[in-house]
Amino acid sequence: MSRARRGTAPVRPPIRLFRNLSSKIAAIPMVLVGLGVFVGGTIWTVVYSFTDSRLLPRLQFVGFEQYERLWSTRRWLVSIENLAIYGIVSLVFTMCLGFLLAALLDRKIRFEDTFRTIFLYPFALSFIVTGLVWQWLLNPDFGIQSVVRSMGFPNFNFDPLYNSDLVLIGLLIAGLWQGTGLIMVIMLAGLRSIDEDIWKATRVDGIPIWKTYIIVIIPMMKPVFVTALVLVTSGIVKLYDLVVAMTSGGPGISSEVPAKYVYDTLFTRQNLGQGFAASTMMLVTVAIILIPWAYMQFREKRQ
Amino acid sequence: MTAAANLPGAVTPRGTKPKTVFAPRNIMLYGTLLIFSMYYLLPLYVMIVTSLKDMAEIRMGNVFSPPVEITFAPWVKAWAEACTGINCDGLSRGFWNSVRILIPSLIISVSIAALTGYVLACWRFKGSEIFFGILLLGAFIPYQVLLYPLVIILRELGLFGSLWGLVLVHTIFAMPINVLLFRNYFVALPEELFKAARVDGAGFWGIFFRIVIPMSLPIFVVSGIIQVTGIWNDFLFGVVYTRPENYPMTVQLNNIVNSVQGVQEYNVNMAATLLTGLVPLVVYFFSGRLFVRGIAAGAVKG
Amino acid sequence: MKKTLSLLATTSLISAGSAACAVDLEVTHWWTSGGEAAAVAEFARLFNENTEHTWVDGAIAGAGGTARPIMIGRITGGDPMGATQFNHGRQAEELVEAGLMLDLTDLAEEEDWRDIVNPPSLLDSCTLDGRIYCVPINIHSWQWLWLSHQAYEEAGVDVPTNWDEFVAAAPALEEAGKIPLAMGGQPWQQNGAFGVMAIALAGIEAWEAVNVDQNAEVAAGPEFARVFEAAAEARALSARSNVQDWNQATNMLITGQAGGQIMGDWAQGEFQVAGLVAGEDYSCLPGLGVNEIISTGGDAFYFPKIDNAETEAAQLELASLMLSQEAQVAFNLKKGSLPVRGDVDLEAANDCMKRGLEILASGNILPDANQTLSPDTQGQIEDMMTEFWSDQNYTAEDAQRLYAEIIARAD
Repeated sequence: MSRARRGTAPVRPPIRLFRNLSSKIAAIPMVLVGLGVFVGGTIWTVVYSFTDSRLLPRLQFVGFEQYERLWSTRRWLVSIENLAIYGIVSLVFTMCLGFLLAALLDRKIRFEDTFRTIFLYPFALSFIVTGLVWQWLLNPDFGIQSVVRSMGFPNFNFDPLYNSDLVLIGLLIAGLWQGTGLIMVIMLAGLRSIDEDIWKATRVDGIPIWKTYIIVIIPMMKPVFVTALVLVTSGIVKLYDLVVAMTSGGPGISSEVPAKYVYDTLFTRQNLGQGFAASTMMLVTVAIILIPWAYMQFREKRQ
Repeated sequence: MTAAANLPGAVTPRGTKPKTVFAPRNIMLYGTLLIFSMYYLLPLYVMIVTSLKDMAEIRMGNVFSPPVEITFAPWVKAWAEACTGINCDGLSRGFWNSVRILIPSLIISVSIAALTGYVLACWRFKGSEIFFGILLLGAFIPYQVLLYPLVIILRELGLFGSLWGLVLVHTIFAMPINVLLFRNYFVALPEELFKAARVDGAGFWGIFFRIVIPMSLPIFVVSGIIQVTGIWNDFLFGVVYTRPENYPMTVQLNNIVNSVQGVQEYNVNMAATLLTGLVPLVVYFFSGRLFVRGIAAGAVKG
Repeated sequence: MKKTLSLLATTSLISAGSAACAVDLEVTHWWTSGGEAAAVAEFARLFNENTEHTWVDGAIAGAGGTARPIMIGRITGGDPMGATQFNHGRQAEELVEAGLMLDLTDLAEEEDWRDIVNPPSLLDSCTLDGRIYCVPINIHSWQWLWLSHQAYEEAGVDVPTNWDEFVAAAPALEEAGKIPLAMGGQPWQQNGAFGVMAIALAGIEAWEAVNVDQNAEVAAGPEFARVFEAAAEARALSARSNVQDWNQATNMLITGQAGGQIMGDWAQGEFQVAGLVAGEDYSCLPGLGVNEIISTGGDAFYFPKIDNAETEAAQLELASLMLSQEAQVAFNLKKGSLPVRGDVDLEAANDCMKRGLEILASGNILPDANQTLSPDTQGQIEDMMTEFWSDQNYTAEDAQRLYAEIIARAD
């Protein structure tokens, strides 16, 4: 940002609009996408969330009716609760596991590249692939449950995809498998950017390694943690493919998520107004997470 | 390149040098790593062995045992014969659809992003930063908010249901992160080059094609990797914006696995799943460090 | 015109000559299970043989819930297909209102659909302001309990003849390691099974009061309390059934792993594909053996408006063909559904279908819930039902209270 502007045309055309013309032409896609799709589309959705649109959008305003219904619908409440539980647990585990793996890899180990490759490869796979693999592994008749049972534990029970109380665990196992590698890589980058002298100093002072991590390294990596946090949370809000592939929201409605509610009401239930209200709430959720972060970033820049 | 310096893998690791291989500390260290490796490798292993067994063996044995008799029939079936409806041409159709979606999306989105990044880095005009800010905000809007407006936009453009409609959607949603990548990279290029080019009389396009692009191969690769994996792995847009004969591979995979005729054929399902994961996996294994750089850069900034 | 064209097509040695007016008509539907696919292939065959046009199959896998959004999205998104399946009822209501569907009235009058289609209520579902917008093609009734003879034989008990006997025989099945009631985990199946139990156990009047008149008091009343209790009982019987798709559940009956399944008559197609014989290998109880009723759900085809005279001609030809006697017989025999015209000869029909035809002829018919409730209301009921069916601790009272609330809000 601090860099001086470059490449101002030496001969200035007479009209301001035509100054730097090629550059303005090249920026057209950005303007169209930014204003036309992102801003325009968001405003459109929010406006129509106050209408009673059913199969086709129409401007018949009904105030907050859609929102009142939304917040009195059990499935939406369950979806929000699921998202909150999945979100918090997945956030904590992704962060801890990601940091732990990064710290282990940072201990000057052999085969670092091999281990990193192993931890990261699931991230290259889609949520659909992830969901289907774990659906198979968690299949009660053939998967982990049956294998453990056949090893001499006939009463072993682990069928999260068929048990409403455990289904989120099933989703978490798969979600963490797919996503921790990325956080590990980011954490590793953070660890590698810490000055070698700090390690030397703590070694001279005789501080144990684990303690160094907790009292020195982690506080120094705050920006990395914040970035990882924003990244994980904005990914969680979008949680959809994994659920569709693994459980389709079941058993019952125990693994429903907001993104799926939006898709179903918009396209299956033929209730656009309700779907728009739900997606507007998703936007609000993201904004709640994002605004403090943006504010922090902004303040840091100022300083 | 300066950008490379603070990315993982480019810097030597630190920490005390291990003294002997079998020190208790090492056993702990490698033991933990091996246990975690199992969690990450197990699904891949199970996918592979399941896809090589026949159904009789799957019903009897356990998922972890290697196949007694290796059969490639499930792979053939998954690729060429698995049915959705009365179309029994397997995943191959989805594969080629994904390729036909991927290539134009990749070219268009990377070109537009590079050009926009170049404008934002080198040819700013009044308001360009504001538009850039708006674009970045777009990265955080949940897709669900824009699903229906895009249906309308595509309908007005006459692109709904066609592959080109999906290409446009991918291009739109890829813009924020890719523009950011290119802009940051171009800002860091040495300024003297531009001055020299200006003296030689090069203009907007001249500098872009003759100076900037040749110097920016790494960032093109990084952006390309983000795009390849992102587009290939997409499910939501494929479901919403295409019609069945244009379904990308992920959507077709879900259809084949989650809709069955009679008995579930788990071996075919796993072969199909592996086939779908193969392209991004190959990209991952072959681009190695660049992939790591790509996702890290994409992630840290996005 | 049509005759001249087909004459041209048959006499012309150069295929390109006929290609000028031949249309590739894409037909979307969600018939992807074995029996369904075989049935739809009959339509495709007849269309390709009898007209110069080509059937382009647009099967969309998954249940209707997956397929309908795609269809609606394409129609409203300006990429309409040539023809598309919907269920009888209100699913395409707004599409018709918005003028997106082809008006079939002229064809219908020419071919006297009013006289042909039986029961006439099916054509009413296709009618808006006196104009006809769809072709009903079959009647599917939800009202069946399917029973696997193999399962009951292996458990050493007689095959039940009504719901009470079915419940009484359940412990014997459990003991033999079988699942008494097979049930797919998808909401529409659970909701459908509940509907069947409601008609059988609460009676027709109470069912109509709730589903047609949307009377919430009846929904909260004692008749429905009995239904919810029976549903809770059924839930316990299906506790170990962990399949998703309905045809997987039917397959449990075919292989003798499960005793019964409450499912529409489309399940019959699966028994047929597996080579099982009605009355010998499996039996069917209409209305759970309590109330012999046929609900007239089923499928209809709609033809989205396409601004092209040739396509429109092909659409009308397909519409006419689907209602023809030949197509009605060929399709419905494979599908296991009942034809929408009474004047066709279904000698080849098996026991279960004949029973259905008899009930149909006797006039013991009810509309399907899809015809009386909006997709939005149906969706809310499905959400509630699927939670109820999958959670053994969800009490019948709670479920009934919520159900009555949804009915009170229904539109």
